[in-house]
Amino acid sequence: MYKIGVIGDKDSILGFKALGLSVFPVTQPSEAEKVLHELVKEQYAVVYITEQIAKDIVKTIDLYKDNRLPAIIPIPGNQGVLGIGMCGVKKSVERAVGADILFRDE
Amino acid sequence: MAIIRVNPTRMELTRLKKRLVVARRGHKLLKDKRDELMRQFLDLVRKNKELREKVEEMLMKVHSNFLIARAVMSSEILEEALMFPKQKVSLEVSTKNVMSVDVPVLDFKTQSDDQSNIYPYGFANTSGELDGAIATLSEVLPHMLELAQMEKSAQLLAEEIEKTRRRVNALEYVLIPQLTETIKYITMKLDENERGNLTRLMKVKDMMIEQARQAMAH
Repeated sequence: MYKIGVIGDKDSILGFKALGLSVFPVTQPSEAEKVLHELVKEQYAVVYITEQIAKDIVKTIDLYKDNRLPAIIPIPGNQGVLGIGMCGVKKSVERAVGADILFRDE
Repeated sequence: MAIIRVNPTRMELTRLKKRLVVARRGHKLLKDKRDELMRQFLDLVRKNKELREKVEEMLMKVHSNFLIARAVMSSEILEEALMFPKQKVSLEVSTKNVMSVDVPVLDFKTQSDDQSNIYPYGFANTSGELDGAIATLSEVLPHMLELAQMEKSAQLLAEEIEKTRRRVNALEYVLIPQLTETIKYITMKLDENERGNLTRLMKVKDMMIEQARQAMAH
């Protein structure tokens, strides 16, 4: 039995609470890091982080990249899409292929 | 290319030849693995990109709905309304083996299946915009989970491809050339010894014939 967590600023993630996900409102990147470390230790299979928070703690997120669980997925917050999630996809392509072959045309 | 420092003996030669055969076989297998991983990865990552675009778009819609809901209602009431979730999501994680990479498969169940019964609040003092926002959000959730599964798989596959590629290259450009060079070196050394031996024997024979002839003459 695994859980789903959402980290981000309060306004962006409030709605997820209604769906039964665990919501962790944070304001500071350091706070988010602490929460993330704790969630990894507990039984969380998926952790969504708003891009506004994710952009400051990329290093911590990368730390858990090669673990099977949890999947740490950036999602857009209420301030718009920053492109961090896409950047992650791009990065894994670059890592696997050696060059970026999917986003060439953009 | 540097050769491995070994004694140029016949035994060493057989040993190296065996190693070369194993290395070639391993190289071929790893190369096949890499190609297949790459094919699956590219499929996956293409889907991943599309799905992410879709999810991001849907989430933006949710956020704008929420923005309106927040504008219509006071934030206290909004928070109060969402304080106690009615819906519960339970997630089961199993693993799927893709080319010896264990990727997670997420399978989720919501507690109540009724789509109209997801609102954790009474409708008296909340606005209709909030209902809309929650409804769209619950629509996005399955896609978000699929995205999570896909993205994690892509990350894990990328790691495996990187590892496999490194192994293939190490075999192809280091180990196999080194072994072939060393085998060549040992064969040449053995041949040279053989020739040296032959010449020596011929010389000895000549000397013996010479001695015998002189003995006959006396």
